[in-house]
Amino acid sequence: MYSDKVIDHFNNPRNMGEISDADGIGKVGNKVCGDVMYIYIKVKDDRIADIKFKTMGCAAAIATSSIITELAKGKTLDEAMKITKKDVSDSLEGLPPIKQHCSNLAADGLHKAIEDYRGKR
Amino acid sequence: MKRIYLDHAATTPVDLEVRKAMKPFLSDNFGNASSLHSFGRDAKQALEESRGKIAEKLGAGPDEVVFTSGGTESNNLALKGVAFANRKKGKHIITSKIEHDCVLNSCKWLENEGFEVEYLDVGREGFVNLEVLGNSIRKDTVLVSIIHGNNEVGTIQNLKEIGKICSERDVYFHTDACQSFTKVPLDVGKHNLDLVTINSHKIYGPKGVGALFVRKGTRIIPWQHGGGHEFNKRGGTENIPAIVGFAKATEVTGEKEIQHMTGLRDRLIAGIPGEFPDSWLNGPKENRLCNNANFSFRHIEGESIVLRMDQKGIAVSTGSACSSHSLEPSHVMIAIGLKPEEAHGSVRITVGKENTMEEIEFAIESLREVTDGLRKMSPFVKNV
Ligand SMILES: Cc1ncc(COP(=O)(O)O)c(C=O)c1O
Ligand SMILES: [Zn+2]
Repeated sequence: MYSDKVIDHFNNPRNMGEISDADGIGKVGNKVCGDVMYIYIKVKDDRIADIKFKTMGCAAAIATSSIITELAKGKTLDEAMKITKKDVSDSLEGLPPIKQHCSNLAADGLHKAIEDYRGKR
Repeated sequence: MKRIYLDHAATTPVDLEVRKAMKPFLSDNFGNASSLHSFGRDAKQALEESRGKIAEKLGAGPDEVVFTSGGTESNNLALKGVAFANRKKGKHIITSKIEHDCVLNSCKWLENEGFEVEYLDVGREGFVNLEVLGNSIRKDTVLVSIIHGNNEVGTIQNLKEIGKICSERDVYFHTDACQSFTKVPLDVGKHNLDLVTINSHKIYGPKGVGALFVRKGTRIIPWQHGGGHEFNKRGGTENIPAIVGFAKATEVTGEKEIQHMTGLRDRLIAGIPGEFPDSWLNGPKENRLCNNANFSFRHIEGESIVLRMDQKGIAVSTGSACSSHSLEPSHVMIAIGLKPEEAHGSVRITVGKENTMEEIEFAIESLREVTDGLRKMSPFVKNV
């Protein structure tokens, strides 16, 4: 059902954890299935200097959280805002259609974290 | 990697004795039980011997056992067949909220066809309230259908009391006994049952075969029309090898096997809830299927648990919304009163006669590692 890439990120999630002095936090949840994701970012010179996640959810939710930290790290905030759900899915070599609801959280979480940072300034 | 199968409520392996019993009926003794010649007569004899064995196990007469393609078909036949045959008496059916999908979806279909179905609530442990059941029976009620052993949380209903109520009120009583058959004593006479669904692949028999007990005189119409097979209740050439295997499988689970499975189940129940943080047992402590354990883990999700356990070679299942096609948590978990987020972290472990205590210890240890790892990832658990 899942691609090898999804399983790899599910088994070995990258950048898992919290950033205690985060500059922005994106908290998103899926009312339908119950998955919840927090994305923490640290911003330096308008770039995402560090990013971490914590997720309660299925393999799709965990793998998309993991991959989005890789996609966003080092990007400018404007570039990171442009990362789409499709980018997430493509980087994981596709996700099962039934898993859309679990997988859309990651991009939303990242964008919310950036908005949180921007809103605070 | 050694694999450990702990999902026996989903299906079981075919027992070697069962396989041995089936083998002659594939290429050697392959006749059609309806044929007049010796090939046909041999098949017919095997068919009737098998029917006799299964009837005996239920306390039924041989002409009260109708072979079908499995639990799903038996449940469809029982519900739709009785509903349509008794339309003139009434169109009211009573069932529970914790039935298997094939019962619930048959009921939904019947509702579309103009029948009225009442879905009884269950308590926290999954039991139907007998008083509520009694009060729900109306003049136009034709059928009560209540699952015997629940496939998710293992609750065993009090068939004797339900049967008594149904017979006093003169309504047909059907039970889906797929999970309980051979594990829990069932006697159609003592329990006042008019219809019983059983199948083979939950009891170490082959898939694709089951039966419906239909008490003599029960008004029921066939759902699959054919050439007069199975007392005109179910058309189609009988699947002799599967039926022979099914009958043999009724001998596989005896007192010794039940004791063994109970021991393994109790080790799981002693070793997981309470010992693991934020976890609990779903379903009852008593009157529980001997092979069923079901736990919830707060703040983590079931599909992740199942997949991580799978990587350790251990097969279990979950009622999480993330693993269902409908994106909804298991209707059974919700019916016993769990919040969706509590159903989200539910895991079902169903043992079999071939499992060992070492396997169970390894499963508990593995589940500890898996749940600890996932908890570390959860936004609701503070750490790092
Ligand atoms: C309680 C119950 N009823 C019915 C069925 C359906 O049986 P089958 O798979 O033989 O169609 C199952 C198993 O899937 C079950 O557990
Ligand atoms: Zn999910």
